[in-house]
Formats: sequence, C-alpha cells, structure tokens
Amino acid sequence: MKPLPIGAFTVTSALGAGRDAHWRALRDGTTGLRKVQFDTNTLDCWLGEVADFDVPLPEQWSDWDCRNNRLALFGLHQDGFLDAVAKLRARYGGERVGVFIGTSTSGVQQTELAYRARDPESGRLPDWFKHRYTQNIFSVADFVAKVLDLGGPTLAISTACSSSAKVFASARRAIAAGACDAALVGGVDSLCLTTLYGFNSLQLVSTDICRPADAARSGISIGEAAGFALLDPNADAPIAMLGYGETSDAYHMSSPDPEGHGAAAAMQAALTCASVEAAEVDYINLHGTGTMANDSAESRAVCTVFGTSTPCSSTKGWTGHTLGAAGIVEAAIAMLCIEHGFMPRSLNTRTKDPTIDAAVLLEDRYAPVRKVMSNSFGFGGSNCSLLFGARA
Amino acid sequence: MSAGERVWVEAVGITAPGLANWQAAREVLRGESAYAAADMPLPAPQLLPPNERRRATPTVRVAFQAAEDAIRASSLDPAALASVFASSDADLNIIHRISSALTQTPRFVSPTDFHNSVHNAAAGYWSIAVGARAPSTTLSAYDFSFAAGLEEASALVLADGFDTLLVAFDLPPPQPLFEKRPIACIAGVSLILTKARRPESLASLRCSHVHEASTTMAVPQLEELRHGNPALAALPLLELLALGRSGRVVLPRGSNAGLAVTVEPPS
Repeated sequence: MKPLPIGAFTVTSALGAGRDAHWRALRDGTTGLRKVQFDTNTLDCWLGEVADFDVPLPEQWSDWDCRNNRLALFGLHQDGFLDAVAKLRARYGGERVGVFIGTSTSGVQQTELAYRARDPESGRLPDWFKHRYTQNIFSVADFVAKVLDLGGPTLAISTACSSSAKVFASARRAIAAGACDAALVGGVDSLCLTTLYGFNSLQLVSTDICRPADAARSGISIGEAAGFALLDPNADAPIAMLGYGETSDAYHMSSPDPEGHGAAAAMQAALTCASVEAAEVDYINLHGTGTMANDSAESRAVCTVFGTSTPCSSTKGWTGHTLGAAGIVEAAIAMLCIEHGFMPRSLNTRTKDPTIDAAVLLEDRYAPVRKVMSNSFGFGGSNCSLLFGARA
Repeated sequence: MSAGERVWVEAVGITAPGLANWQAAREVLRGESAYAAADMPLPAPQLLPPNERRRATPTVRVAFQAAEDAIRASSLDPAALASVFASSDADLNIIHRISSALTQTPRFVSPTDFHNSVHNAAAGYWSIAVGARAPSTTLSAYDFSFAAGLEEASALVLADGFDTLLVAFDLPPPQPLFEKRPIACIAGVSLILTKARRPESLASLRCSHVHEASTTMAVPQLEELRHGNPALAALPLLELLALGRSGRVVLPRGSNAGLAVTVEPPS
C-alpha cells in the first residue's frame, strides 16, 4: 500500500493525558499501574486507572453519560486534537470523514450499575439506563462522530483486544475503496467489573504487577485508555502507516496458538502490505500481555518472522492491558518511539524467561527509529499487526 | 459519495421467522409463496464440531446458520474467505447473566460466559470451524449494522482483494434488557461477495452514501420484519436479489443517512 500519513494523534491512559505525559513516563520508567480501589472491586490486582476524567458529560450529551464516553470525550480534548479534527472537517467536509472506533466493552459498566438498581418488585432496569447510548458497542463510535460532526462510515470494531489496531486497517480500506476521503480512528475501553471478574475467572489477572516476558510472569493488569489518530492521505505529516496485517488463529477462543502461526502470519502480512523487509524494522511493540501463553507464543511468532535480534518490548508494564484500546495506545507509543528515537525497555521484567528467544529489551535504547511494528491479539484468535514509519 | 466500484454477490443466506433459508425466502420475496409467520426453532448448524455444537450459544448458532446457508450455495472454499460479522448487540443473554452475577456475593462469572461474551465470539468459532485464517472484522453500528458490514465487506473485496463472507445477526435479549432493546425476532443474513464475476454470481452491487429514506417492503409482515432485527434491514436488497432484477435500494446507514445499493444482474 501507499503510506497513509497520520495527520494527528493523541493518547490518554494511566500514564496521563496526552502525548507528553506518555513520553515522560516512558523516558522515566514510571508505571501507571497502582493498587487502587475501583468501584466495588474486591480482587487483589493492579489497575491502570485514568485520573481526572470521571465527571458527568455536558448536559447536551446526558443520554450518553457513562464511564466509557466520559473517557472518550476527555481523550478527544488532549493534544489539540479537536483543532486537528476541525481542520480535517474543513478540508474534506464531515460527510467524507469516516469514524472507526475500537472497543471491547463500550459502556457496559453502566449496565452493571443499572443491574444493581433493578426494581426489587418488577426486576425492571432504572429509567436512567440508556442501552443504546451507553452499553451498546456502537455507542462510543456514534458519540465520537456526533461530538465531532463527522458523517462518513461510522462503526465500532469489537474484536476483543485487537479492536483498536484493526480500526487502522478498516479505515485504510474504506479510504482506498472510496467510502471516505479521510478517517478518524481510535479506541476507548474503560474499567468495569465485567472484564475484571471475567479475566479473573479465566485465571488471567495477576495479583502481581504485569511483568511481560518475565520468567515468573503471572498474568495481566487491566487498564483503561482512550486514543485517537487521523488518517489523512494529503497530510504533510512526519509519520505514516506503512502497512497492516490481519489474520485469524483458527485455534481456540481464549488461548493463542502456542506456535504463534496466526501472529506470525499477521506480522508477515503487514510487512508484505508495506513492501518492507523484516530487517528494516527497528523496533517491535509487542502485544506482551504478561500471561504465560501469550508472551511465549508471541516470541515464537516474532522469531519466525524477524529472527532473534530485532529489539522488542511490551509497554503493558506501564499502561496495563487496556483491552480494546490497546491497539491505539500502542500505535501511539510506536509513533512516540519514532518521534523521540527511543525504544522502551520491558518495564517490570526482572529475569527474562529463558524460553523467550525474541530480543526483549531490558534496558531503554536511544537510537534512530524509522520503522516500528505494533502487535495486537485478541480472544477469538484475532490478530492484527500494524507498521508505522517516519516519512522520508 | 459517487457510486463505488462493483462487487459481485456469489450467494445469499438467511435465517429468520418464516424465512428459514434462502431458497424459502427467495420464493416469498419473489411473491411465489405467501409469507407465513412461523415460530423459529433455534438453529442447529452443521459446521460446528459436535463438542462445540452442544456448548454453542444461541448467538453463535444463528450466525452459523445464516453463514452456512450461503456457503452451501457456493463452490468457494470457506477457509479461504475473509469475513465480516456485523451485529448490533451480539450476545445480550451473556451480558444479562454476567451483569446479574456481578450483583451477587460472591461474584461468580462463568469463564465460558466471559470468553463467549466478546463481540467477535461468532467470528472466532467460525474461523475455528472452517479453518479460516484470513482477515475477519466484527463490528457494530446499532440498527445500521448491516449497512456498515456491507461497506466493510465491500472494502475487503475492493481494497484488499479478499472474497468475503458477510454475516449480520442479532437476537432478542432476555428481560429486563428486552424492554431497553426490543429486538423482535431472531435473524441472520449472509452474503458472499467476490471481486471477479463468477459463474454463480447473482448480481453486482455498488454502494454510495445518500440522504434518502430507507426502502420499505410492500408486504406488511415483511416490513414489520425489516424493523424487527438489525440484520433484516437487508430485506429490500434481498428482494432485488431474489427477483434477479436490476434496481436500487436504500438501506439505513445512520439516523439521517442511507447507503444506496445499486444492483445489476449479470448481463
């Protein structure tokens, strides 16, 4: 494919609001994970909670009020992103700009709250619960499109933890097929008991902090995040999406193929799509959830495609696993790496698992970074690899 | 938006009350037999491995039933197809069970429920059942999910060169969610879209964005069905495909936006 310029991007996670907060935390090795109380959670675990956003939406959006849309709106206000959207709208017209948002659970936390408030007699849900504008998976995409007055193809992609990586692929396809001229892509997922107790039921939530690729890793730390980017074929931007690769494992619903075949195929497809050789990639931002199964399978896949010398790391020791927002968070981090000539170490990794052969960074590295791959994998065997690069 | 490039419809599948499969639906949509409302048993799809068939959720079974109906009518290898699964709400039965469990002490969420709760559960089971390793998108656009799915599937065909299976499906939720999201009936609709015209091709489609009201169905019961499930927003398109006629329909793409689809049978 022809490189597709990234006109603007922004990210908000437990590391803070906006790009600078993320760059500083990466540079300083400061995790956003904390042992904090969330809602009525009783699980002993670390969380990547975003600060300062959880206030009711402005009156005109009150139907849409839920933790996920609050986080979406807060995220849109960072890094001058609204101004960049206004320029894009002026250039193409809102009708020609698509909106592609990844989320795994949208506003389901609102449903959890509503179920606690069921009428004890009738079992009815409270009047304040608006399924369409909060719980429904489309809610966050619809909300973003309405707030920004964009009317191109508008949809939510929900493929679990690959959701907001796949938005880049879908948006690029829509532009190439002529369905829109430019696109806003993003991902928003927020803390809720459904994912905390759900992942816990699968014994995937660690009581320890997330330690990707560590010999003694014991699972994920769940986080929340919102991130957005503009794909603008005519932007004079320093960074572009170079390629994408999507595959399905066809193996198991909630475990990765231990050989990493599907993951390797996604990485190879992204390289092929970009006409880039594996050796040209400077750094790989791993999916690296910190579970035994994911990190081992992903290492095998990386080694199949890249060999054992391409520097790589997971940044989930900083942000936690932000699930449906992980793709956009790590795409943003990949772009920050290109901007700053920086490759982050695998934070919280004490002793690298000796069976992991990929070149996981245990120290930060400063060097020119021109091409970065970012991996995102999800339940259902959904794999997506994105390739970003500095424009010549 | 000017009309895009064409994609070819290789096959159609459906499962809905009174429209048990494409063969039956085709007769009704052509006016050759009257629509007869019928209770719809939960489908028992064939492609799920026996183990999975027993455990498969109603949502997965409906998606499979619709997909298999189209697959049977095509000589294309399902393992080679990309896929798009479009559903407003996927599995609200599970959301209901998990949300209820979270109000109890202790909170016990079933691990099977949780891994089946992901919006892409049907896509995951499908890829496992047929061995499909190609790209697969699962999306939601509320009542506009069929049009969004058709656009994404067309883009997979046109921009990435994949012959693509589109499956749209939704199911009525249990109470108390039904009061908030009254999806009236079970339904699934599928299309197989190809880049090249093939001997089996039924028609070509070209999509464009318009601000026009959606096309309605003349038969009142079919019009009621069209409103009864987001997947059945496809009915006006299926009617043209059943009739083998050229024409143009508008499908709902947003509150004030439509997706115009121009249909032309092979000349």
